Amino acid sequence: MSEAEYEAVMGLEVHVELATATKLFCGCVNEFGSEPNTNICPVCLGLPGSLPVLNEKVVEFALRIGEAFHFDVPERSIFHRKNYFYPDMPKDFQTSQYDSPICADGYLEVDGVRIGIERAHMEEDTGKTTHVGGGGRIHDADHSNVDYNRAGVPLMEIVSRPEMHTAEQAKGYVSELRGILEAIGVSDVKMEEGSMRVDANVSIRPVGSDTLGTRAEIKNMNSLRSLGRAIEYEISRQVELVESGGRVVQETRHWDESAGITHGMRSKEGSEDYRYFPEPDLVPVAPTDAMRATARAAIGELPAARRERMVAQWGISETDARTLVESPGLAEFADATVAAGAPGKDVTNWLSGEVLAYLNETGLSLAVLPLTPGKLAELCTLVSDGTLSRNLAKDVLGECLREPKDPKAVVAERGLAQVNDEGELGALVDAVLAGNAETIEEYRNGDDKLRKKKRGFLMGEVMKASKGSGNPQVLNRLLDERLN
Amino acid sequence: MADPISRADVEHVAKLSRLALTEDEVEHLTRELAGILGHAADIEALDLDDVPATAHPLPLVNVLREDEVRPSLDRAEVLAQAPLAEDDRFRVPRILGEAP
Ligand SMILES: [Zn+2]
Repeated sequence: MSEAEYEAVMGLEVHVELATATKLFCGCVNEFGSEPNTNICPVCLGLPGSLPVLNEKVVEFALRIGEAFHFDVPERSIFHRKNYFYPDMPKDFQTSQYDSPICADGYLEVDGVRIGIERAHMEEDTGKTTHVGGGGRIHDADHSNVDYNRAGVPLMEIVSRPEMHTAEQAKGYVSELRGILEAIGVSDVKMEEGSMRVDANVSIRPVGSDTLGTRAEIKNMNSLRSLGRAIEYEISRQVELVESGGRVVQETRHWDESAGITHGMRSKEGSEDYRYFPEPDLVPVAPTDAMRATARAAIGELPAARRERMVAQWGISETDARTLVESPGLAEFADATVAAGAPGKDVTNWLSGEVLAYLNETGLSLAVLPLTPGKLAELCTLVSDGTLSRNLAKDVLGECLREPKDPKAVVAERGLAQVNDEGELGALVDAVLAGNAETIEEYRNGDDKLRKKKRGFLMGEVMKASKGSGNPQVLNRLLDERLN
Repeated sequence: MADPISRADVEHVAKLSRLALTEDEVEHLTRELAGILGHAADIEALDLDDVPATAHPLPLVNVLREDEVRPSLDRAEVLAQAPLAEDDRFRVPRILGEAP
């Protein structure tokens, strides 16, 4: 059979770090990039006699997630201890929700397809181990050093159902998920920094079969792009394996970004047995109506609704709306510019064109640019009232992206205001024509192709004579009146 | 009734807990744990279909704290109590196997 005769089946597990001020069960700062082991206390170090107390903000964020993804929120949920010997948790167990999560059975729409989400539960992140010696590889290392700043940082683990079938669909799911998590303010969702981590369970089966194949769990993808590449690679690997008489084994596989392959990790000795049991130091979570109402009220406009509104009210395309909504801060900037009086369509064109290109080129974020919604609105007005041609407006915008200047000030400073005066422009056209008698002759006697060429040349000369500031519509008309 | 717990079960649990038991200890603990499980079997004999599992003995829910930063411990003081420290981190033996 060829690859086309197999269907891939995928489920995604997304871990997202919550943007709280403190950890899940203690008052240590929840912060990325602090000096090692400076955010640790008796609770997150698991010192004898310390007691965890659940952070109310985490519950609120979990309930926002519950609302945003249409989850059922059971009357009560509890925490378990997941026991293991691995030094990334000083307690020798991780506190996590197991068979009783706070959110159950939700979904997410991706391009009109509903992807089921089995559960979302609260758990704590683990510490960070650095392997010393052996080139940093775990199996060859001499020993490891551990930083517990991240131990106890609150996570939500969001587990989809195995309902995706292509890398594109998986990327679409993560992209939509990320957009919603950002919009509801629960996480900064940076895949590159690890505040959002995606593991993919990938299996294949013959087309038409409805039993699930053995799955491999792919880890270590740190961007949407590498998620797509890793899934595509893994599907091909499994098809080739099965086609050559092999069998997919259930295992964890590491995505190697530079080599573009996944490789199996040496499996643990003995079977996994985490001996989950209810955490005796924590009481159940039982969300009240008031808690759920607070969470509901805190949720702003979700990305899908925002796209719909922009398409309907501004008359922009779905693609442009998606660009605005998926780029951090761009949609809010667009809304603020429209609120300052600019038409949504013009604003969208500038933002999804020049502004986004500038951000991509410089790697800057929108928040640090000197351009403000008020200035962009002013630029839109300068174009719509005829002061600036679109071409000159691009230059002005370029300057406002780099320097803290108003568009009007740039126009005045550089003498860029567009000339619309017909008398003034007519004199310019006459002067150009007077100096190009030969070209006019060739234009009048030429075939269509030649005429087009000669006219283009004359128009160029006229624009040059106006130093680029003549209104092109007016100049075109004046030129035609004289030539024909 | 079959043995509620086998020697193999006891050895498995001991291994998970990183306990090195002698032959005699395994023998002894298998008998003791069987006794404890036998007691639990008395409860199993009751009809408990309508009784929800008890996760916590106290009639409390939603014990929560505000999301307010509290001071952390002094790193030097903490690391001084660790068996080994290096590079401002806890130094631990080489780990076999990946994180769970
Ligand atoms: Zn702490």
